Amino acid sequence: MWDYSEKVKQHFFNPKNAKLVSDANARGDVGSISCGDALSLSLKVNPDTEIIEDAGFQTFGCGSAIASSSALTEIIIGKTLDDALKVTNQEIADFLDGLPPEKMHCSVMGMEALHAAVANYRGEVMEDDHEEGELICKCFAIDDLMIKRVVKANGLQSIEEVVNYTKAGGACTSCHEKIEWVLDEALAETAEAGIDVAAVARANQKVAAVPQPIAATAKPKMAVVSETSDPEHAKRLALIEQVIDEVRPAVQADGGDIQLVDVEDHLVFVSMSGNCSGCGLSGLTLANLEIKISDALGETVTVFPLQPSSEDAEKKEATYDL
Amino acid sequence: MIYEAVNTEALPKTVYLDNNATTRIDPKVLETMLPFLSDYYGNPSSIHQLGATVGHAMAKAREQVQMLLGAEHATEVVFTSCATEATATAIMSAVEAMPERKEIITSVVEHPATLQLCQHLERKGYKVHWIGVDNKGRLDIDAFRQALSEQVAVVSIMWANNETGTLFPVEMLAKLAKSVGAQMHVDAVQVAGKYPINVQHTDIDMMSISGHKFHAPKGIGALYLRRGTRFRPLLRGGHQERGRRAGTENAASIIGLGMAAEIAYHVMAGENARQSMLRDRLEQGLLARIPSCFVTGNPQQRVANTTNIAFEYIEGEALLLMLNQVGVACSSGSACTSGSLEPSHVMKAMNIPFTAAHGTLRFSLSRFTTDDDIDAVLNELPAIVARLRMLSPYWDNDTNTGSAEMFAPAYA
Repeated sequence: MWDYSEKVKQHFFNPKNAKLVSDANARGDVGSISCGDALSLSLKVNPDTEIIEDAGFQTFGCGSAIASSSALTEIIIGKTLDDALKVTNQEIADFLDGLPPEKMHCSVMGMEALHAAVANYRGEVMEDDHEEGELICKCFAIDDLMIKRVVKANGLQSIEEVVNYTKAGGACTSCHEKIEWVLDEALAETAEAGIDVAAVARANQKVAAVPQPIAATAKPKMAVVSETSDPEHAKRLALIEQVIDEVRPAVQADGGDIQLVDVEDHLVFVSMSGNCSGCGLSGLTLANLEIKISDALGETVTVFPLQPSSEDAEKKEATYDL
Repeated sequence: MIYEAVNTEALPKTVYLDNNATTRIDPKVLETMLPFLSDYYGNPSSIHQLGATVGHAMAKAREQVQMLLGAEHATEVVFTSCATEATATAIMSAVEAMPERKEIITSVVEHPATLQLCQHLERKGYKVHWIGVDNKGRLDIDAFRQALSEQVAVVSIMWANNETGTLFPVEMLAKLAKSVGAQMHVDAVQVAGKYPINVQHTDIDMMSISGHKFHAPKGIGALYLRRGTRFRPLLRGGHQERGRRAGTENAASIIGLGMAAEIAYHVMAGENARQSMLRDRLEQGLLARIPSCFVTGNPQQRVANTTNIAFEYIEGEALLLMLNQVGVACSSGSACTSGSLEPSHVMKAMNIPFTAAHGTLRFSLSRFTTDDDIDAVLNELPAIVARLRMLSPYWDNDTNTGSAEMFAPAYA
């Protein structure tokens, strides 16, 4: 049996706003019956103030899916659309006093429904980047698709590299056998597609090598920023820095730290240190950061954690030589 | 106090219909075991009286299990720590005993103990023939026949499915396996103690059973190993179980397993009739009271204690949480109960409609199940299903019908 919080149970057994808002002027539908969860969110938005005056949900799904939907409506009623869009799935989970890692996707579904509803109200089309693979690392909630994506993008070849790049398997290590299978599959797929893994790895060496300057200098981000001559790129970097600066106090409050290392196209590389290394919740911090940066830039980016800057980490870096 | 005692008073009275997961220990079984957890602590391998007393009690237990399985010799019973160990022992023994044969036949609906071991062997280079099932969970016998060859080291098939109770014709399959010289292993966990077995008159070479599925404690199982079967032990390092399973015996549990086997043997005929009547009343009652639900598996060929019902447009974990709230314990093939994102492999293999794949409930009875238990479910479940459907975007509360078409989100 899942170890659900009292708050989750409360919102499951007595959900709030379980209804179709009759005079709704925004609707967000996400999920599917074959995937096992689906959510229909209806909103009544005041056209003058853009304040959400009423919200209702209909949900097909497990206990935490229903509780997350209920929590979402409670959080957003009374907020303006812009403020509601700032709500992250972590805030939904926090509202419920936490969700088991395997159930975090329920809170993500709530956030997606909200984005879909706002897009619907504004007559926009939302970019659908939803994909769900087999959950491999339960500690950091990382699935096989994420691992494959990172393996291919960075030309990774060993399980140590996968742990360092994705954090998958970085805590309890019980999924290492599964990570090896996923890695083998990904390597077989790249080989089939005729991609030279070594070339990808070489191209990424700049990225892989960056954590070392971190260990040496107190302000590693300067090194990256100074390389930039393109004003567009500099603007993006500044925006990303700004978002990271916003979340840093919270991370530091937990005894950790977070630094921007590099940005390449849609990949944002950060380094987490202190208590963050090996912390089961840093995956969630990163997921939030990803959402916030994506929002700030108005494009979808993926945030990858790099090595923590410890001597131990540098030793691992040495194994990157191919 | 080093640990906190479980506050049993806090546990409300439970309607327990999850006996395919595990059963309660029969009080008579517990009574038989207790002296071997206190006064009779000797090692059964020892020469002295204290050890010999335990050894004699274990010998009796072996005969009791022999009787339940219908084995020709008591020595054909090898005690193990669980059925998973028995299954691993059987399959690994067969592939090691016949190293020239590199193929395995099994089904897609096996218990993970078989499934994941065979996947492991597949990665090691073995060719595994995964035999499928039809929409009622019946094995594809044609595919089974085609997979047979002199390359097959072992055929491992379950007798009854744990989720649906559907029976496979393992005696016939064993005959086919024997015709190509392959060893036949049967996972009999869900039939032992529930369905008459007379293994000596079959071509089955090995058979796994688990004690806690028929009122013995957890942590004890047995492997039936037909005399003359080529065998390689999984656990080496001791003479116990005639060298076929090293390690000091779990004496008290073995003795409990023996008593549980004897009781099951004697009450089986009457209990099968009684439990199938209760089961059918539950099943028919739910089908009559609740719209849009159906029985999965093959109702014509299944064990007496199991029914698996799929409820459309709602999700299984939500059902379990609400049933738990009213003191009813059962289980679901829903993805969300296991933490994986996929529904049960058994439901997927049967290709049951996707509108119901996440909403299956399994009720499994035992000899401690009463009429009142069945009434409790019949009273509580219809309202719970209705409540969850009211929340579901796939259900129209005005017409009281559901449809997958009425809700088709643009964003999956």
